[in-house]
Amino acid sequence: MPETPTRPDQQHFFAQLDETPVGVVDSVDESAAPASVWKDAWHQLRRRPMFWIASVLIALIVIVAVFPQWFTSVDPRACDLANSSLPPSAGHPFGFNFQGCDIYARTIYGARPSVTVGVLTTLVVVLIGALVGAIAGFYGKWFDSLLSRVTDIFFAIPFVLAAIVIMSVLYDQRGILTVVIVLGVFGWPQIARITRGSVLSVKNSDFVTAAKALGASRASTLMRHIMPNSAAPIIVYATVALGTFIVAEATLSFLGIGLPQSVVSWGGDISDAQRRLRANPVELFYPAAALALTVLSFIMMGDVVRDALDPKARKR
Amino acid sequence: MSHPTHEPIVDATGAVHAPHGSAPLLQVRDLQVEFMTNTGPVQAVRGANLTVYPGQSVAIVGESGSGKSTTAHAVIDLLPGTGKVTGGSIVFDGQDITHASAKQMVDVRGKQIGLVPQDPMSNLNPVWKIGFQVKEALRANGIATGKEADKRVAELLAEAGLPDAERRANQYPHEFSGGMRQRALIAIGLAARPKLLIADEPTSALDVTVQRVILDHLEGLTQQLGTAVLFITHDLGLAAERAEHLVVMYRGQVVESGPSRKILADPQHPYTQRLVSAAPSLASRRIQSAKERGVESTELLAATGGEGARRSDEVVKVENLTKVFQIRGGRPGQTTEFKAVDDVSFSIKRGTTMALVGESGSGKSTVANVVLNLLDPTEGKVYFDGTDLSTLDSKELFAFRRRVQPIFQNPYGSLDPMYSIYRTIEEPLRVHKVGDRKSRENRVRELLDMVALPASTMRRFPAELSGGQRQRIAIARALALEPEVIVCDEAVSALDVLVQAQILTLLNDLQAELGLSYLFITHDLAVVRQIADEVCVMKTGQVVEAATTDEVFDNPRQPYTRELLAAIPGARLEVFGEGIEDLPA
Repeated sequence: MPETPTRPDQQHFFAQLDETPVGVVDSVDESAAPASVWKDAWHQLRRRPMFWIASVLIALIVIVAVFPQWFTSVDPRACDLANSSLPPSAGHPFGFNFQGCDIYARTIYGARPSVTVGVLTTLVVVLIGALVGAIAGFYGKWFDSLLSRVTDIFFAIPFVLAAIVIMSVLYDQRGILTVVIVLGVFGWPQIARITRGSVLSVKNSDFVTAAKALGASRASTLMRHIMPNSAAPIIVYATVALGTFIVAEATLSFLGIGLPQSVVSWGGDISDAQRRLRANPVELFYPAAALALTVLSFIMMGDVVRDALDPKARKR
Repeated sequence: MSHPTHEPIVDATGAVHAPHGSAPLLQVRDLQVEFMTNTGPVQAVRGANLTVYPGQSVAIVGESGSGKSTTAHAVIDLLPGTGKVTGGSIVFDGQDITHASAKQMVDVRGKQIGLVPQDPMSNLNPVWKIGFQVKEALRANGIATGKEADKRVAELLAEAGLPDAERRANQYPHEFSGGMRQRALIAIGLAARPKLLIADEPTSALDVTVQRVILDHLEGLTQQLGTAVLFITHDLGLAAERAEHLVVMYRGQVVESGPSRKILADPQHPYTQRLVSAAPSLASRRIQSAKERGVESTELLAATGGEGARRSDEVVKVENLTKVFQIRGGRPGQTTEFKAVDDVSFSIKRGTTMALVGESGSGKSTVANVVLNLLDPTEGKVYFDGTDLSTLDSKELFAFRRRVQPIFQNPYGSLDPMYSIYRTIEEPLRVHKVGDRKSRENRVRELLDMVALPASTMRRFPAELSGGQRQRIAIARALALEPEVIVCDEAVSALDVLVQAQILTLLNDLQAELGLSYLFITHDLAVVRQIADEVCVMKTGQVVEAATTDEVFDNPRQPYTRELLAAIPGARLEVFGEGIEDLPA
């Protein structure tokens, strides 16, 4: 071929076929196990020690909350002033508080109200927040503007301060349900925001347009395509928020406006113990440690779940 | 070769040849590159060899994941993440830089080897002025500082083909179009007068006409400066047109290398052979004889659809379509009007393919969305099978949806990542309440078979499939309701050449089999030649030329069409056996 003469090292070269066999164009690897986003997340989670630590702790806390009688046979309300501030003894591993109540039993029984408030408030908040956020993000227009402003107003009110004010007003109706409702009413804006943003970003995907083009109704597109794809950040936030709601309940109880005295709660016990901090610090230590551990487990769980569901970590 | 010419073929690159026998500028020997992944090391490049002589242009061609970019990045020590050179040698200008220290590499980069990166949109820092970013390249390489640098910046930008360079240097990247940004990046790459310029897919994000102008300019400039160029591209036509030496990579290995012409004319490795026959810019004919198939499909229709009532021959008719968008202005309540589509008329004959061709911003996708009834036209009418779409009530619209289905460009966005493939393909059947569970499952199997995917695919999720496979799933979903018209909006643009050819063949076969009509939206005229029967060329919302494919290619009437045709990479190569002149008139 009359061409510019080929220079050294630039002769026509081709690899032997057995060196690089040419595969079928774009064949499907049939051997690989099917994996979905959730399965992928599970694979990620499985390898994280933090996930297992958090799971075990959360499982333990939930069991304690549901069946406190499995862990102690002592009645947390049976207090005898004769036992006031006694050190640990057989059957009473943490000793007694000023009122003569068993600290271990009170710590165990204190799990139930905390976990109940945490779980119920999270449910309320996710329901309200996701609904408002999804409607605002999906339908948009004036509804979005209105809901966004409402969220802004709620956002501007400090969450705990608002709860304190309302709980003070509702002093006579104190109880788990009241706390859940008050925390729920002031806690949903954050979820609404996250949901709205998430829905907005999924709304313009081609697969949503495709669903529209094949005749799926707006509501079914929202429920079947957009919400499942927006769920990850909501789940992550909810897990972390659960911990903060438990803290909020403890704060309110500590201030004496959360759960009534008749309910054994960590917040109430911490409040009682602080007056006797110098004389008998263990009285404060155990409920505080239980509270910290519970909140930590949920926040840890939120952290690993976020890592696993991070869209950037997904296979693309 | 169809024409046994013995006169020297005009070198499309026209590169200045260094005196024969001079030492190579870059010599890569047996290069091995590894990436660490969760599942262990993965070999990205296996024993690659590559030689570039001073002033020469060489191109590495390959599909995504072939290791072409990795090879080039290994040369300038810019491997991303966990990438590491694990073997072989890289000799640049007589100096072994395989294991050069970070400091030595800083000296080599920019000053001796320049880089023009792939994406002009993300490779300029948005918070700094263009001039500053060019000056940075001068300063970093110790070329010029202060006032002198400012002067040099203007010179460099002017040299890269930016008019009014001094003023442009004071602008920010967002004030530049894609083509202008790429010019600025070229100015940066050549700022320190390197001996070698690595151009990593320098124009794949740009419109073809802009691509051509920029590559022409780059070619002239490097020729003038005597700079060697290492192109990295997925486009065989472009590579052959711009480089004198080709290196074809596949799965991390160099499967073939040699003089461009020789490789195109006489590919030896089966992979190269496939690539040469699939490259749309080279194989410039309809995948199957259009006329022959046209007859077939009308016969097919006559046989199946002969129910007395003669159906309209024009399945889609668009009349004087205009679409105006309101764009929010600077002040609240203030809007400006933007005419995306301006008085467009065309029709699609049943069983044929109509292509809408245009560059970005030509309004072609807006037309597609109006035809799909996802957007309402501002003016004009769209008739489907003789019915005006604007008169449909919600029930009729639901029925219309069955008959027209879309396939979108981005294979990663068009499938719901949460849906298994089975649910994805079954969704249209479920929405339209077709059949029971059992019959739907059978239909999904049938559809997967139609798009040549194994039935086991239905248990998988989109993330596990390649781009081409996802596009086939999207086709299966579109076919589920047995539509009459499919709107393909850049349906093959994001795919590798071989996969693209596979999908086009599939679409073609399906058309012959099912008598489908396609509205094919694309920016790529080369693809049009392979699939379309008729073409509308669009520019800024208007149809500038409408004719049959053969007419547009053989006898373009409008200067804009001619410009588009000339911009197809490889269009100027006339040495192949399958040249344009071989096509029946």
